Amino acid sequence: MDNNPIQVMQTPVDLKPEDFRKIGTDEKQAEVIQRESISAWRDAWYRLRSNKLAMTALGVLLLIVIASLVGPLISQWVHGYNYYSNDLMNTNQKPSALHWFGTDDLGRDVWVRTWMGARISLIVGLAAACIDLLIGVIYGGIMGYFGGRVDEIMNKFSEIIYSIPYLLVTILLLVVMEPSLGTIILALTITGWINMSWIVRGEIMQLKSREFVLASRSMGAGSGRLLFRHLLPNAVGPIIVTVTLSVPNAIFAEAFLSFLGLGVQAPIASLGSMINDALTGWLYYPWRMLFPAAVISLTMLAFNIFGDGLRDALDPKLKK
Amino acid sequence: MSKNLIEVEGLKKYFNVGGGNVLKAVNDISFSIAEGETLGLVGESGCGKSTAGRTILRLYEPTAGSVRFNGVDINQLSPRKMKAMRRDMQMIFQDPYASLNPRFTVTDIIGEALDIHGMAGSRAERKKRVEELLDMVGLNPDHATRYPHEFSGGQRQRIGIARALAVNPKFIICDEPISALDVSIQAQVVNLLKELQDRLGLTYLFIAHDLSMVKHISDRVAVMYLGRIVELAESEELYANPLHPYTKTLLSAIPIPDPEVEANKKRILLEDNGNGPITSAKDDSAAGGAFDLENSELVEVSKGHWVSMPKKG
Amino acid sequence: MEPILQIKDLHVSFQVKGGEVKAVRGMNFEVGKGETVAIVGESGSGKSVTAQTIMRLIPSPPSIIKQGEILFQGQNLLQKSDKQMEAIRGKDIGMIFQDPMTSLNPTIKVGKQITEVLIKHQKMSAAEAKKEAIEMLKLVGIKNAEARFNQYPHEFSGGMRQRAMIAIALACRPSLLIADEPTTALDVTIQAQIMDVMKEMQERLGTSIILITHDLGVVAGMCDRVIVMYAGEVVETGTKWEIFKNPQHPYTKGLLRSMPRLDQKKGEPLIPIIGTPPDLIKPPIGCPFAARCEHAMKICERIDPGATVFSDTHMARCWDLHPMAKEGQSS
Repeated sequence: MDNNPIQVMQTPVDLKPEDFRKIGTDEKQAEVIQRESISAWRDAWYRLRSNKLAMTALGVLLLIVIASLVGPLISQWVHGYNYYSNDLMNTNQKPSALHWFGTDDLGRDVWVRTWMGARISLIVGLAAACIDLLIGVIYGGIMGYFGGRVDEIMNKFSEIIYSIPYLLVTILLLVVMEPSLGTIILALTITGWINMSWIVRGEIMQLKSREFVLASRSMGAGSGRLLFRHLLPNAVGPIIVTVTLSVPNAIFAEAFLSFLGLGVQAPIASLGSMINDALTGWLYYPWRMLFPAAVISLTMLAFNIFGDGLRDALDPKLKK
Repeated sequence: MSKNLIEVEGLKKYFNVGGGNVLKAVNDISFSIAEGETLGLVGESGCGKSTAGRTILRLYEPTAGSVRFNGVDINQLSPRKMKAMRRDMQMIFQDPYASLNPRFTVTDIIGEALDIHGMAGSRAERKKRVEELLDMVGLNPDHATRYPHEFSGGQRQRIGIARALAVNPKFIICDEPISALDVSIQAQVVNLLKELQDRLGLTYLFIAHDLSMVKHISDRVAVMYLGRIVELAESEELYANPLHPYTKTLLSAIPIPDPEVEANKKRILLEDNGNGPITSAKDDSAAGGAFDLENSELVEVSKGHWVSMPKKG
Repeated sequence: MEPILQIKDLHVSFQVKGGEVKAVRGMNFEVGKGETVAIVGESGSGKSVTAQTIMRLIPSPPSIIKQGEILFQGQNLLQKSDKQMEAIRGKDIGMIFQDPMTSLNPTIKVGKQITEVLIKHQKMSAAEAKKEAIEMLKLVGIKNAEARFNQYPHEFSGGMRQRAMIAIALACRPSLLIADEPTTALDVTIQAQIMDVMKEMQERLGTSIILITHDLGVVAGMCDRVIVMYAGEVVETGTKWEIFKNPQHPYTKGLLRSMPRLDQKKGEPLIPIIGTPPDLIKPPIGCPFAARCEHAMKICERIDPGATVFSDTHMARCWDLHPMAKEGQSS
C-alpha cells in the first residue's frame, strides 16, 4: 500500500501557500467550555418557566393567596362591613354590586366569608404540609441513612400507623379534643407525614450508594455532613414536589371534615362548612355553594398542576 | 525493592444477600504493595475487585482479615484516628458522572476534603489550593465555579483526581478510573496518573477489567476470579507466561486493534452455560482442578509469580 | 459490490435549550451485500444517532432529520410512513442494542419475544413460529433451547441475553443488521463469544452488518470496512487493512496510537489525543479536529476539508493530504 492519492481533494476556493502554514495547538484552548454556566437550580427554574400550564397555575395560586389576604379588607373599606356583620333584612341575596358573591341565610357577605374560608384552608394546608415535611424528612432521613435494624423497626412503626384508617383517627381525635384549627392540623398530620418519610427514605437509600457519597466518606466525612450536605440537598426535588402535592390533600381533608361539621366551629367559616351550610337551599341560592366550591376546586387544581410542573422541572436528569 | 506500604492479609468481605445466602465477594485475598509501586487488580464484573478496593479503604467493614498501612492495622483504629488516616488513603472512582455531587461547584467538590480535615485555612487559601490542584490535573482554574454537568467525562475524571489529591495522600485506589471514558481520553488520564505518581511518589492500586491498560500502567498484576486471586506476577511476566487457565482465557479474549493479529488468533473459551462462567468453570475437570478454588492455594512457581493450584494431599 | 444501503448527505440535529446540537453533519456511506461495516467514533460523534436514524427509531422531537436520503434496497426510508417502517423494522432490518438487560421485555418469556416477531412479519402459525424460534436459539448457541424458550430474560445471563437479542433480530432473516455497541456492556470473555456468534450467523445467513463501536480491537477482528466518525462527520473510510495499516487522518492515527497493546513492550508511553471533542451546539467552521490536531494549519480552521481518495475503498478528509500542504510547510 502506498500513500499516493488517486484523486486529490477538490477545493472550493483558490488557496495560497500561506494557508498551509502550521499553527500550534493550545491545549488549554481546546479545554475551554463554551456554554454558559448554570446551576441545577437555575436550570430547573428555566424549565419551570417555560412550562406555561405550571406558570398559569402558579399565577392562579398567587391570586388566591392575595385575594384571601386582601379580599375581606376590600369589602370593609368599600362597603363598611366585615366578617361578622349580618343583616337579617337581606338574607340570601343574589350577587350584586353591594354583595359581590351574594349573602347567606344570616345576611352575611359570601365574598368576605369565602376569602376568609380560603385563608383558613390555606393555613391548614400549608401548616399541615410543613409539619409533614419536618417530621417526614427527619424520620425518613434517619430510616434511609442508618438502614438495617433501625430502618426495619422504624419502618414497621410507620406501617402500623398507616394501616389505621386515617379518617377514623381523625374523627376520634376531633371528638375527644375541642374542635379547633390546631386540632384539625394535628389530626391531619398524625398520618400525613408517613408518605413524606417514605419518599425521603427511598431517595436517601438510593443516593447513599452513589459514588459521590462514597467519595465523601472516603475523605472522612461524618454523618452530619453526609446527610445535610450530600444526601438531603440531592433529595430536595422529590421533597418539594411531595410538599406541593400534599397541600391540596390537606385542604381537601379540612374541607371534608368541616363539611361533616367536625372542622372549625361557627361563627368562623371554612370553605367546607360554608358548602355544608349552603346545602339546605342550594337549588334556590346556588351562589352560596358555587363560590366556595369554585375556590376550593381551583386551589386544588392549581396546586396539583403546579406540583406536576415542579416534578418535571426538578427531574435531576440534567441533559446536556 | 522499597518497603511495603500496604499489606493485605486474608481479607474477606461477605454480604448477606437474604434467604440465608452469603455472597463471598472477597474471599481470602492477600497481597502487598511497595511504596511507589502500582499493583493492577483485574477481573470481570462481579469478581469482587471493586469490593476489595472499598474494603481495603474501610468503606466496607471487612468480615475477616487485616489491612496494614505502614505497619498499622487500619481496622483497629478508633474513628478519630481512622479519620486522620483517610488523609493518607484516597480513591478515584469509576463513574465520573456519579462520583461528583451535582449540586456542588468544582471548588466545593475539591475543597470538601480540605474542610473535613481543617486544612483549608482562610477562604483565599482554600481557593488558591483548589486552583493549584486544578492546574495540576490540567484543568482550567477559571472553571472552578462551574458545576460537574458542564464538563466532559474526561474533565470530570480529572476533577475526581484533583479531589483525591487535595489531602496529599500517599496511597490511591483507582477503581476503574478510565473504563467509562472514550478511547481518545483514556490515554490522557492514564498519562496524568503516571505523571502524578512520578511527581508525588504515589502508590496505586489500579483496579480494571481492561487487561491491556492494566499491563501498561502496573508493575505487578493480580488476576481476580470469584472473589479470589488466581494469579499474581510482574506484568510482563503475566502477559508472556500466563499459567492459570482463567488468565489464559482472559488474555485470549482481549481483541487487539490489528487485523493481522486478530486473523491468526486462537481463542480459549470458557463455556457459558447460561449462569455465567461461574458454575461452568467449577465442573471443568479438564483444567486439572484449577477452578476448584475452595481447595486451592497460591503457590510461588517462579520468583514473584504466584498461581492458584490445588492443595496437595 | 451491490449496495444494500446508501446514506446520502444525512444531517440530524437535536433541539436543546439554547440551540441546536448538530449531531450528524453530512454523513455519506454505503453498505454492500453481506458486508460488515464498522462505524467507529467516540461518544457524541454521531454514530449511534446515525444507526437510530436508519431505523427511524430516533425520537422526534427533540431530533430533526434536516436533510439527506437513506436508500435501503433502493427505497428512501425517510419517506416511509410509520406504518411502512414498522413492517421493515425487524423484518428487513434487525437491530441489537448495547444493553441486553433493557432491550428485552422483562415480563415476556424469551421464546415468545421471538415468536411474536415471526408471527407478525412472516405470518407463521404459532406452532411453526415456536419451531423456528427454538431453531434460532440453537443457532445463536443457546444450549437446552427448548427449556430456555420458556424462561424469562432475568433467568438468562448477560451474554445469553445478548444471544437471545441476536436471535430476535435475525429471526426474520433481515438483509441488514444494525448492532449498536453490542458488546460494550459485556465482559471480555463474553464479548469474544458474542462476536463469534455474530460472525457465524453472518456467514450462514449472508446478512449485512453495521457495527457501531468505539472498540478498535473488535473492529479489527470482525469487520470488512471501517468508517471513522468525528464530531458528526466521516473523517476517514477504508478497508480494515487500510485503516489499521495505513491510516491517513490524524484522528485515526491518534486513536491507534493512544491505545495500549498487550503485545507492546513496557515503558512505551501512550500518546494521547489532547483536548476534548467540540461542542456541536457550535460546530467549528473548518475541520472539526483542528483544535486537537498537531498538524493543524491556518486553512484547517477556515474550511472543512474535502475528500482525498487513495483507493476505491480508502478516503480521508484532511488538509494535510492536500498537495500544497507540503509546500506550505517548507516555505
